[in-house]
Amino acid sequence: MSLTKLWRMARRQPGGAAGAAVLAAIAVAALLAPVLARSGPREKVGGVYQAPSWAHPLGLDDAGIDMATLLLWGARTSLLVGFAAAAVAMLIGGAVGLAAGYLGGRTDTIAMRITDYLLVIPDIPLLLIVAAVWGRSLTSVILIIGLLSWTRTARVVRAQARGLRERVYVKRAKAIGAGNLRILAHHVLPQTVPLLSTLTIFAVGNAILTETAIAFLGLGDPTAISWGRLIQNAFDGQALSRQAWWAIVPPGLAVGVLIVACTLVGRALEERLNPRLRGGHLSVRTFRVAP
Amino acid sequence: MGRGEYVVRRLGFALVTVWIAATINFVIFRAAPGDASSQYETCSTCSAAFREHLREELGLNRSLPEQYLLYLKGLAQGDLGESFQTRRPVWDELVDPLLNTLPMLALGMALGLGLGLLVGVVSAWRRRTVADWAPVSVSLFLSALPVQWVGLVLLLLLGGVLPTAGIADPYLRFTDPSWWDVLVDRLAHMVLPALTIGLVWCGSWALIVRSALLDSLGEDYILTARAKGLSNWAIVRRYALRNALPPIVTLICLTAGYLVAGALLVETVFSYPGIGLELYQAVRNRDYAVLQGGFLLLTAAIVLANLAADLLHFRLDPRVTA
Repeated sequence: MSLTKLWRMARRQPGGAAGAAVLAAIAVAALLAPVLARSGPREKVGGVYQAPSWAHPLGLDDAGIDMATLLLWGARTSLLVGFAAAAVAMLIGGAVGLAAGYLGGRTDTIAMRITDYLLVIPDIPLLLIVAAVWGRSLTSVILIIGLLSWTRTARVVRAQARGLRERVYVKRAKAIGAGNLRILAHHVLPQTVPLLSTLTIFAVGNAILTETAIAFLGLGDPTAISWGRLIQNAFDGQALSRQAWWAIVPPGLAVGVLIVACTLVGRALEERLNPRLRGGHLSVRTFRVAP
Repeated sequence: MGRGEYVVRRLGFALVTVWIAATINFVIFRAAPGDASSQYETCSTCSAAFREHLREELGLNRSLPEQYLLYLKGLAQGDLGESFQTRRPVWDELVDPLLNTLPMLALGMALGLGLGLLVGVVSAWRRRTVADWAPVSVSLFLSALPVQWVGLVLLLLLGGVLPTAGIADPYLRFTDPSWWDVLVDRLAHMVLPALTIGLVWCGSWALIVRSALLDSLGEDYILTARAKGLSNWAIVRRYALRNALPPIVTLICLTAGYLVAGALLVETVFSYPGIGLELYQAVRNRDYAVLQGGFLLLTAAIVLANLAADLLHFRLDPRVTA
């Protein structure tokens, strides 16, 4: 894609462009964390809760570790959890949604019944139980978030697959004698890619937010540094009574900025790739604002 | 399908949801390695006979289907089991915290709904002006923040002004307070957690209200009302908002689940002795019985909220015949 084309796209959707820029910046910062950080993520460089200074612009945490370094390393874990959990959710939700929407009939009824019930059951308390039983590793956090958040994807994908089933080219393919799997892979799935990518971006934001909740409740991976864990660490480490705002404010702000960026990109994608999807039915949290 | 049949169907759905939650509960804990008797494996004075006895007492020596039926039977009789930590019935452990949580959540919802409605209406009304995009951006940002973090920041800012932890002043009862003093004290302790919930949720709710209102503002009857010469405010209140209410109510009830999650985190931040803090402590103490009971109770609460939304839909939208 040429630069001028990119510029034109950015002009048309400034919100989406800004979101994409922020997302890219965070991703680059996360990748380059070992280079950018001036000290190690477990390296004690000064006193407990040392206030911000020229050497350490964001101050130090309760173990004397540089907050800016921790934020950079935290971005890695948070992004990893976000994208991996979203991938799990897309894989399951996409498969269930496609099967239910395309096959219809009894498969559809059963699949949608199940998602109906799962949608109502509250995520976080269920998460608590599963996390408490499954143990505390990054993989299980990713799997748990993914396994509990595929239902919304399934619903939206199903709605589109249902519409696609009635399209002429699908019917033609069927008439020529193409099998279900072939039609799904060659004609239905490609059409849902825009929708899936949009949903993925929203799911990334949700997963990162959920990770902060899991970490805050002490069920995250104790060895991984994520933004959620930085918030939990500030709370457990009595940052409040020391009035150490530099240990509390930045990680939450970072989460907020990242999620807003995801939402902006998602909304721009939604508008651009799928003009037919006019309603605000993606999910409550990511409710579409633009008319 | 008549109204009665619809209500019965929704009730059936609610019951099945609770049953599924109960089943998930059962399966997850049976799939976990070990059982309630394994915690005594490292205890040197506990004999194998003791463990056998305990397994028998808890019904763990029976077959899985039998255990499942026993579990369901207990649930149907309101028996949520016994706390591992305190040996008290889980129901007794949970009911007081739940009663503490409800008024706090109600206050938080009222704050959030009030703000959300106001912001949503204003931004839909003044569409494509500063009064639209500024509140929308703020709402977007607010709804993207971790609840626990908003609580911490509020504590940082208002910690000296309002009570920061607990549900009541422990020294108040020595001063022989009037009921008014007690009420004020309770409310003061509720303000910060409720404000946190209100702030985080008013963002999402404002976006919901705005979107629903924009939909109904585009309808023909708005044009008619305008042609009749009604004032802007009358149009918004009597026509647009009235017609936007059903989707708003449905969507807000759907956020009930997130609200519960929020309460869990907020109560932890403010040490507010509600069901969220109880569950947090259960996690810390590995008190699975309380965790399970709490999960079921919360699911039941959310199912009830959804049911209420369904029934409210009838009143709000006379066109709905299910």
